[in-house]
Amino acid sequence: MFDLTGKVALVTGATGGIGAAIATALHAQGASVALTGRREAELAVLAETLGGRVQVVPADLADPAAPAALVEQVEAGLGPLDILVNNAGFTRDMLALRMGDADWNAVLEVDLTAPFRLARSALRGMMKRRSGRIISIASIVGVTGNAGQANYAAAKAGLIGMSKSLAQEVATRGVTVNVVAPGFVQTAMTDALPEAARTALLARIPTQRMGTPADIAAAVAYLASPEAAWVTGQTLHVNGGMAMI
Amino acid sequence: MSDTADKVKKIVVEHLGVEESKVTTEASFIDDLGADSLDTVELVMAFEEAFGVEIPDDAAEKITTVKDAIDYIEKQKSA
Repeated sequence: MFDLTGKVALVTGATGGIGAAIATALHAQGASVALTGRREAELAVLAETLGGRVQVVPADLADPAAPAALVEQVEAGLGPLDILVNNAGFTRDMLALRMGDADWNAVLEVDLTAPFRLARSALRGMMKRRSGRIISIASIVGVTGNAGQANYAAAKAGLIGMSKSLAQEVATRGVTVNVVAPGFVQTAMTDALPEAARTALLARIPTQRMGTPADIAAAVAYLASPEAAWVTGQTLHVNGGMAMI
Repeated sequence: MSDTADKVKKIVVEHLGVEESKVTTEASFIDDLGADSLDTVELVMAFEEAFGVEIPDDAAEKITTVKDAIDYIEKQKSA
């Protein structure tokens, strides 16, 4: 089950905790994996850990030309792209009253527009080959909203709407388009929370633990697999039960 | 028949999986050959690739028959 032998995957934001876990999971299922991100040294470390079947392609997704070039480089290096994982994203949190246009635009550009550009570039070949998987990593806040994250929540909600639309456009071509929406995942950021804030957060999660990057990666591996062929346009919430939607 | 017409018809036959005899010059992709809107986008992409021409969206919208495609491509090639 969930065998990805011979498949080629591209994971954006592969230096992050979740991105690295996704790359590792897809690789473990047999896929060749292209790792992209802005920090080349960290990409190289991950590539070395994974061993063979890896390509490192540094890119800055804030550059409008980067997505098309990225898909081209991966297809030249590893072969036709089967699985695109839009994982890269960043936050610039502040209350809306203080949020400038630049703060809004920067987050939308990288978290929503770049995934669209990547999907558009990847779809050309996928449609021709009559198979493909596009998986975008959104967030629980894209559905629930979160004070201080109007830009980030809008981008993540946008990924869900975009994916549903693309899913309808390409369903007859064997390409599925889905979203994984993580809840609170244990990262350096959540580790730094004061004890009281951690306790309050855990009280809202029925499983009473934070998620791990591997929890998210497993959902991605499933959606990338041949077994998930009939799942498209969906948002898989992986959040320990924090929001049941 | 011109080389362009031959090549266009071959692409249409391959892409839409229809009988060669059905791909007449007058045939409409959607009405006669059973294409959907996504097929027409893919056909335009295939023409662009095969003939090395750029077909902008406003021109692509007007290419609804085999003849439209042949005429547009021949015009581009002679331009």
